[in-house]
Amino acid sequence: MADQRKTGSTRSKKMARDVPATATPVEDLAEIVADAATANTQALVRINQPELGDADAPPAFGVRTTDIDHWGRSEKARRLAGNLYEPFYKYYFRVDLEGLEHIPTEGGALLVSNHSAAIPSDGPAIMHGIETELGRPVYGLAEYLFRRMPVIGTAWSRLGGVTAHPDNAYRLLREEGQLALVFPEGTKGTSKNFRDRYRVARFGRGGFIEVAMRAGAPIIPVAVVGAEESMPVLWQSKRLAKMMNLPYVPITANHLVFGPLLGTFMYFPAKFRIRFLPPVEFDVEPDLPRYSRSVLMEYSERVRRSIQDALYDMLSERKSVWFG
Amino acid sequence: MRILVTGLSTFWGGHIARVLEQIDDVEVIVGVDTHDPGLPLERTEFVRTEETYGILQRIVEAAQIDTIVHTHLIVDSSQASAKKINETNVIGTMNLLAAAGAATSPVRKVVVKSSTLVYGSNDKDPNMFRESAKRSTGPVSPVERSLLEAEAYLKDFATDNPHVFVSLLRFSNVLGDDLSTPLARMLRMRVVPEVFGFDPRLQFTHQDDVLSALLFAATSGRPGIFNVAGDGLLPWSEVCEIVGKRRIALPPSGTETMLRYAQPLGIRIPHETIRLLKYGRGVDNSLFKRAGFRYSYTSAGAVDAYAKGQRLRSTIGATQPVYRYERDVEAFFRHSPAVVRTHQRS
Repeated sequence: MADQRKTGSTRSKKMARDVPATATPVEDLAEIVADAATANTQALVRINQPELGDADAPPAFGVRTTDIDHWGRSEKARRLAGNLYEPFYKYYFRVDLEGLEHIPTEGGALLVSNHSAAIPSDGPAIMHGIETELGRPVYGLAEYLFRRMPVIGTAWSRLGGVTAHPDNAYRLLREEGQLALVFPEGTKGTSKNFRDRYRVARFGRGGFIEVAMRAGAPIIPVAVVGAEESMPVLWQSKRLAKMMNLPYVPITANHLVFGPLLGTFMYFPAKFRIRFLPPVEFDVEPDLPRYSRSVLMEYSERVRRSIQDALYDMLSERKSVWFG
Repeated sequence: MRILVTGLSTFWGGHIARVLEQIDDVEVIVGVDTHDPGLPLERTEFVRTEETYGILQRIVEAAQIDTIVHTHLIVDSSQASAKKINETNVIGTMNLLAAAGAATSPVRKVVVKSSTLVYGSNDKDPNMFRESAKRSTGPVSPVERSLLEAEAYLKDFATDNPHVFVSLLRFSNVLGDDLSTPLARMLRMRVVPEVFGFDPRLQFTHQDDVLSALLFAATSGRPGIFNVAGDGLLPWSEVCEIVGKRRIALPPSGTETMLRYAQPLGIRIPHETIRLLKYGRGVDNSLFKRAGFRYSYTSAGAVDAYAKGQRLRSTIGATQPVYRYERDVEAFFRHSPAVVRTHQRS
């Protein structure tokens, strides 16, 4: 989440010059709000719609023609993609899940995972795994970059992708009690060269901890082994990335093996192991206006450390990249 | 209550005045605008002003106005030039608030009809904006800029006048049978434009809910900022499907340039609406609901009602008779001793 802020900063600085000093939406007023309604105002409101009669009548719902929810997610699209992905999940990556018991069967929780492969292969595996094993939807939080891409952005949101904005994460966890998956390394994880594999990069600025604290949701650290080898980055062009307005443009081992076109999308059949670690609970009140930066960073480092240790543990047990 | 309505000749000003006329607690309704009213009104007094409302302070004091309903904010940049938008939204609001905040002013409540345009529409946006959320980038069009500035003046006003209830309502895309909004106009086209590869999620408000919300704010007295929008977000493709229209894809980049050349052909899609066709916008409407407001339509319900209205209209034509304001006639019915009045008040 913090990564997103970082990458966005140059752009917003540029825009900020155009904004007049007065041009921020009014905020303070919103806080001066009383709730509870009076019955007689309800009667007044209905005056121009006498045919409605009952003030507590439910609103006109209309007819929906799709099952797309307010996040843009469609269970139908998700099922379709799941059926296509299932053979890859089962026979190509042969995903093993451990520690599923750590994921709550209801209520919000934030899954925090390490991130790798030039086109990340870990997100779909984690989401598909939990959805098939536990029957709970998982919303994947990712860079706003996706949203800018035509077709890809729409497909991504139909399949449960949500922009990694703190407000989105809070709403998912706190108000809707959903599972959300986040990769605090962001592109630092996916763009790292192969020689740095399984070294968990900095976890942004601890924004994901703050959201979990505010939402009163536990964090479940997730360690993924295998994704690094599914599309290893050998070299990257900073100049091309700048020209194409992308965070990184890599040459992967897959390009060398499968050719430039197929290699962009085709993964190596590395054996996947996903381990869910015991939840990290916070002993702070939810919904506080702010949390101590040092506490946030301490928790952030603790989560990062636990994932790193789990990765070392899993790698020491791994005999083969391809067979586990 | 003694109420002043700005923008009486606009769709909203006229309709809210009409609704207010039916409420017995409302003793006096004064409407101001630069043009003649477009609706037949029974007891609303019309005063012609220039668009910046320089004369307002005198009206407010003379009529002992206690409530101002400020509907006259332009929220569609294809309707007016940047200069006119600035004059109406920024200077108009500034003068209105100056009049309402004068030392001897009897005003105790100000209700302002703003728009969720103040949040913008951007790839970095949250899925749903809360009232306290900040927009991701600066304003992209004169209309957004002017609304932000008008809201900033309102904030200053609320700070300087703690004895005045200020309600700021931000309405999301409004649909209605007689209403011309950028999205409604697009949905009336033979084929509806979309941006290739994008299917933004949008939130709609039915025009009846807009009037109910303004009335609710004017009569119930909850200060604060409120998003007003029907429940739920709909993808644009589904909106077109409900209305029964086919879509035509615009290129995802250079859309603005392309549309500039399409303007002489009568296709006018404002800049902020193109952003909306890419990234959509959702707002959290729970605060206004907690304040006691009940919606009559969800987002899908509003689109459905709009679709039905359009289908009816395509068969039987426009349902509203055209009204022409005649000053002498109106003066006769309001003030002539010859007229027997049902709304006589002591």
